[in-house]
Amino acid sequence: MKDIIQLKDVCFSYPTKKDTLKHININVKQGTFTCIVGENGSGKSTLLKCILGLNKGYTGEIKKEKIIGYLPQKNEIQTNFPASIEEVILSGTISNNMRSIFYKKEDKENAEAIMRELEVYDIRKKCFADLSGGQQQRVLIARALCATKKIIILDEPTNGLDPSIAKQIYELLDKLKKEMKITVLMVSHDIERALNYADEVIEIINGEVKFIGKPSEFKKGGAK
Amino acid sequence: MIQAITEMMSHAFIQRAVLVGSLVSLCAALLGVSLVLKRYSMIGDGLSHVGFGILSIATAFGFSSPLYIAIPGVTIFAIILLKIGNNSKIKSDSAIALISSSALAIGVAVTSITTGLNTDVCNFMFGSILAMSISDVYLSIIVSIIVAILFIIYYRKLFIITFDEDFAKASGLKAKRYTNLIAILTALIIVVGMRMMGTMLISSIIIFPALTSMRLFKSFKKVIISSGIISVVSFLVGIYMSYIYNISTGATIVIVNLVLFVIFTILDKIIHE
Repeated sequence: MKDIIQLKDVCFSYPTKKDTLKHININVKQGTFTCIVGENGSGKSTLLKCILGLNKGYTGEIKKEKIIGYLPQKNEIQTNFPASIEEVILSGTISNNMRSIFYKKEDKENAEAIMRELEVYDIRKKCFADLSGGQQQRVLIARALCATKKIIILDEPTNGLDPSIAKQIYELLDKLKKEMKITVLMVSHDIERALNYADEVIEIINGEVKFIGKPSEFKKGGAK
Repeated sequence: MIQAITEMMSHAFIQRAVLVGSLVSLCAALLGVSLVLKRYSMIGDGLSHVGFGILSIATAFGFSSPLYIAIPGVTIFAIILLKIGNNSKIKSDSAIALISSSALAIGVAVTSITTGLNTDVCNFMFGSILAMSISDVYLSIIVSIIVAILFIIYYRKLFIITFDEDFAKASGLKAKRYTNLIAILTALIIVVGMRMMGTMLISSIIIFPALTSMRLFKSFKKVIISSGIISVVSFLVGIYMSYIYNISTGATIVIVNLVLFVIFTILDKIIHE
């Protein structure tokens, strides 16, 4: 399998915090479910932001897809934002045609198909801010799929969700990987559940990669 | 009432004011939605004070059309203010307060030394849509039309930048370019809007229509359309009332906006209970 993301000797420092990432070397294979685990402040989210191009000024080399479907952590602006589910999901298609003023017909059809697939089509006129946490994540996953069918990157998508809802999100991601061959890369500190679904685990401690491998090996050696 | 409106509209200077005011109100409201949602409301307020400073200085140095100086000046400050908001040790709201009060102080000091606080300066403070020169009217119309067209062209991108900047960047969108676009468009509207609303009141026509619309509407498109309508209606009602009862135009427009806000808030409570 081809590597969809490659990091070679990536280092990153914030102005206020030196050596947030130290010599990171990782490869993410196409079509896999990869989970980056580690405690809060270990550098997981920083690593994601470097891969996404949101953090500039790292050293080393990062090879990646030009367009990545990203699920950020919940941001404060969205809590009272007047936007319908349809508007949010459709906005994901922007990378397909940057130039035109309106959404194209094929973008709308693409978005509709994804909405049906993820079972949010019937609620598409509702306000995003009024949804439950689990439904919001489904909508954001749908939006990410509108941007690209190759890879989605998620930053703690199950944070603050009930365990049963969190399980549904993992199952959905697993289904996307199996049925649509989408590469899934996520950051989580919910290690136990992540291990049930991931093909590959990357553990980060204090900005360094401490473990890369199968969940079964991680359970034997890496887990604390 | 119809008679009063016909009489009012028979004056050429009021016709011009109605045209300019409607366009500026519309554009201010369109941009206002993004500014309010992105928590940039204070930038509008800060820029209007900067605009006052620049206009006062330009007037003191004897420029006959100070708007031509104020537009590039305020645009530069708009970009600076956004930069401060993104990365700085001083929190952006305090930085804006610092810059805006300094600009106001410099403007007042310069005018006190040179011309004294004359009607021109007073007009910049509280607006004087009825006293706009023909060249200012044309400039304002052109600027408003440019802003409206750019807003429509970049509507999809402005939505995504407002809703989720990180997602936009990950999708390959040059997010910085579009936040700068928002800043520049805001600067343009603030400068031309200051002629009608004045430094003290301009930020209200940016903020009120968006907040009012958000009481009732829950999709971005509806909020945008409703804000545009509310803003133009408030302006028209405001200028009519100010003509009939001889009250300051800017102040009347703000009060009409306030009344609509209260009505929408009450409707929201009734509907959602």
